[in-house]
Amino acid sequence: MLTSLFNSFFDGISIGSVLLLSALGLAVVFGLMGVINMAHGELMMLGAYTTFVVQNAFKPLGQPWFGAYIFVALIAAFLVTALLGLVLEKGVIRHLYGRPLETLLATWGVSLILQQFVRSVSWVMMLGLVVFCGFFFGAMTLLSRRSHFQRIRGWAITMLLPLSAGIAWAASSTLGQKYQLAVTKPWFGAQNVDVTAPGWLRGGIRLLGAYQMPYVRLFILSLTIICILGMYVFLQRSVWGLRIRAVTQNRSMSACLGIPTQRVDALTFALGSGLAGIAGCAVSLLGSVGPNTGQNYIVDTFMVVVVGGVGKLVGSIAAAMAIGIANYLIGANALSPLVAWFPPLANLLEFFANSSMAKVLVFALIVTFLQFRPAGMFPQKGRTVDA
Amino acid sequence: MVDSTSISPATPQPLLDIANLNVYYGESHILRSVDLSVGPGKMVCLIGRNGVGKTTLLKTILGLLTPRTGMITLEGTPLRRKTPDQRARMGIGYVPQGREIIPGLTVQENLILGLEARPQGRGKSQTIPEQVFQLFPVLQSMLGRMGGDLSGGQQQQLAIARALMGSPRLLVLDEPTEGIQPSIILEIEAAVRRIIETTGVSVLLVEQHLHFVRQADWYYAMQKGGIVASGPTSELSNQVIQEFLAV
Repeated sequence: MLTSLFNSFFDGISIGSVLLLSALGLAVVFGLMGVINMAHGELMMLGAYTTFVVQNAFKPLGQPWFGAYIFVALIAAFLVTALLGLVLEKGVIRHLYGRPLETLLATWGVSLILQQFVRSVSWVMMLGLVVFCGFFFGAMTLLSRRSHFQRIRGWAITMLLPLSAGIAWAASSTLGQKYQLAVTKPWFGAQNVDVTAPGWLRGGIRLLGAYQMPYVRLFILSLTIICILGMYVFLQRSVWGLRIRAVTQNRSMSACLGIPTQRVDALTFALGSGLAGIAGCAVSLLGSVGPNTGQNYIVDTFMVVVVGGVGKLVGSIAAAMAIGIANYLIGANALSPLVAWFPPLANLLEFFANSSMAKVLVFALIVTFLQFRPAGMFPQKGRTVDA
Repeated sequence: MVDSTSISPATPQPLLDIANLNVYYGESHILRSVDLSVGPGKMVCLIGRNGVGKTTLLKTILGLLTPRTGMITLEGTPLRRKTPDQRARMGIGYVPQGREIIPGLTVQENLILGLEARPQGRGKSQTIPEQVFQLFPVLQSMLGRMGGDLSGGQQQQLAIARALMGSPRLLVLDEPTEGIQPSIILEIEAAVRRIIETTGVSVLLVEQHLHFVRQADWYYAMQKGGIVASGPTSELSNQVIQEFLAV
């Protein structure tokens, strides 16, 4: 019985580490910046798709190169999602700081766009996007060098938007007619795609009796630890980390101290998005990847940040582990043998002993917990709260 | 009372010059045709009852509020299109009302943040000049403590020290003695006086504490968003004090 409990505990830690890795980016974006980013799950999904693309690029190289693709995928997933996060911050979030409801709606819209994007993206669509961005932003950059740009800005946007869209449409439809299916076929489509773990991540390590901890789970656990340590060192020891901590606590005063707050905001959001990409890369090793992959994680990740205490990294760690372990202990029915002497409780636990019902009970426990500790497990303390 | 157009401390080339400044909150006209100047190495005090627009004026100088009309220049350079961080790097140091110490950073980190305002950038410098500890010895023993855990007086000293770290040319102080115990007020007064003497920095001070006001070279009195009186503080009459200071 003790062995089974111990095994469940290990499985819980493993689930907790996945939760934590997914929540880490949100702990930066929501916890530090206060931005409710509903597209966080879709950034994870894009990280997972980036892994799929890198895996396919490495396949023809064969072994031993294929075994190393995951490391390239981790870097690529971070860079792709960080870049997208940067664009998202500059294009959407920057204009909505201090307006949480609008931010929530706008990022939810972005999440739907990204889901549809991976379903529909093809060479033709990509070419259209590139041509549109090249013409529109190129022309805007050229015009912005003129001294009276502010006066003609509205006029320029009104003229350039339909013009760039028209050129992009003409270019992509010409290409589509010439090469047809080769360029109009979606890259990924609506179907889920599979990421194959490298050979050295298959199998597992025997811990207790028949219990085997898969290498993939150990890899994700190690990745989570590396990301947390990296984040801690970056935030606590680097110049940009200090700037981020200052701006997230007092934006206007930080600006008055000479800190370029807009650059700090952009970097923070890009960092949080990049971490979502790494999480996406990790979860792609656990199951198939689809346009809805991010939706499976978004609620859990928000729960981790809120239960831990907004703005507290250590809180997110504790909350992810607690939620992960509670989920597994309840879902795997590991607790009912312990309370077998009290049949009504044992029966109740048995009733919740599957993954969806376990989630219901865990959420109920979280709601109850937040009634008593609304600021989470690690709330701000002392004069710091009012300062 | 004087006409605002005649107001000017006797300095040929002011460090800070404000001309015909008008600021609105929505449609509410807050600052009305404000003219003000601060000479190099001078201490200028802005007095007036609560709600007359003193803090609004300071926030406009710092770039936190945008004026509808008017001109602000620092050594002849217009500040209109400059963001607050650019203005800080141009040499405007700010000690806000309520101190606004970054609570979750240590005293040392708060001080190091002050280096960001240096015109040449902070580079890799993390050194706190000895002069800061000479002015505020209490900070030396508290470097590892969280800024938010300090008392009001200690936070005020930290806020001034933090502003000094950027080697400002103009130090803007917004009610630095508000809510501070009398013995600390005297320490802060002495420190500000010493800062001007040793660094030659100009100071624009908003203050209600009469003793501190008298330390300044020049005063401007505000009422209903406009400057209504000014002159050397040595000529501050009892009538002006009673009318514009909450004493």
